Amino acid sequence: MRTFYGTELPNPLMLGTAQYPSPAILEQAFRDSGAGVATVPLRREGAGGTGQTFWQMISDLDVLILPNTAGCHTVKEAVTTAHMAREVFGTDWIKLELIGHTDSLQPDVFQLVEAARILTEDGFQVFPYTTDDLIVGERLLEAGCEVLMPWGAPIGSGRGLNNEYALRAMRAEFPDTPLVVDAGIGLPSHAAHAMELGYDAVLLNTAVARAGEPATMARAMKLAIEAGQLAHEADPIEARDMAEASTPVIGKAFLS
Amino acid sequence: MKIVLNGDPREVQATTLGDLLAETGFSGRVATAVNEDFVPAALRASHTLNDGDRIEVVAPMQGG
Repeated sequence: MRTFYGTELPNPLMLGTAQYPSPAILEQAFRDSGAGVATVPLRREGAGGTGQTFWQMISDLDVLILPNTAGCHTVKEAVTTAHMAREVFGTDWIKLELIGHTDSLQPDVFQLVEAARILTEDGFQVFPYTTDDLIVGERLLEAGCEVLMPWGAPIGSGRGLNNEYALRAMRAEFPDTPLVVDAGIGLPSHAAHAMELGYDAVLLNTAVARAGEPATMARAMKLAIEAGQLAHEADPIEARDMAEASTPVIGKAFLS
Repeated sequence: MKIVLNGDPREVQATTLGDLLAETGFSGRVATAVNEDFVPAALRASHTLNDGDRIEVVAPMQGG
């Protein structure tokens, strides 16, 4: 089993902590999803220490914390945020997000590689949010990343896997690297699809948090991810264009 | 001294970052940056502030 910087995930679901209707629903969704990892950003601390209350709740979930650099647009901003996150969360893990395009939130892969190199040299264990470009993937590995997190579709879009071919190619190109489909998952079938392709985990947030019943969707995601993972392990058949009778013709009664 | 704290202009007595956090009531799991540079917790007490400094104090929040 591929590990994430030496850590085996208890469950291949990484779940974001944004946009839940209430803290209680967030907590229930996490429990029902069985998520092994929570992604958490840093934001300006409010009067009265709102961040401290939130942190207490996340700590009680007893999941691994993956801090992120959500919303960063420059290398400098992302690197500074990563340093602040390491101090606050006490982990070298960092989900590196460097946004390059306002509408699609597409990663700026050029700055991403540069920031990944700087952070790796500073001792961080970088989880780069990237595109499905193979060469960018290679550059990120050269920069010291040991995990790649290609997007399925733009963040929050719920479109699923926009380019299955590219994600399949990525799996084939990096057989020993833990790969996570990060962003774009809208339905359990999308998550199952990612796992069927041999991905090691999926990272999602909006699909659960904005569902009418977040806890129910969380459980649906859990089951789908498990099904997809099992299907991959079971070595599925290849799709084909023509029918192939599954029942033998030999022995069929002559009735006409 | 006039500073900008989390985007808000403020007049404060503190002359170091450590004192500023105490004066403005921040505690717990927070991280700090001054003029876009990270200042580790261990260096806050000795980090002298200057007029016009921009200070960011961040904490864990909901996010994806």
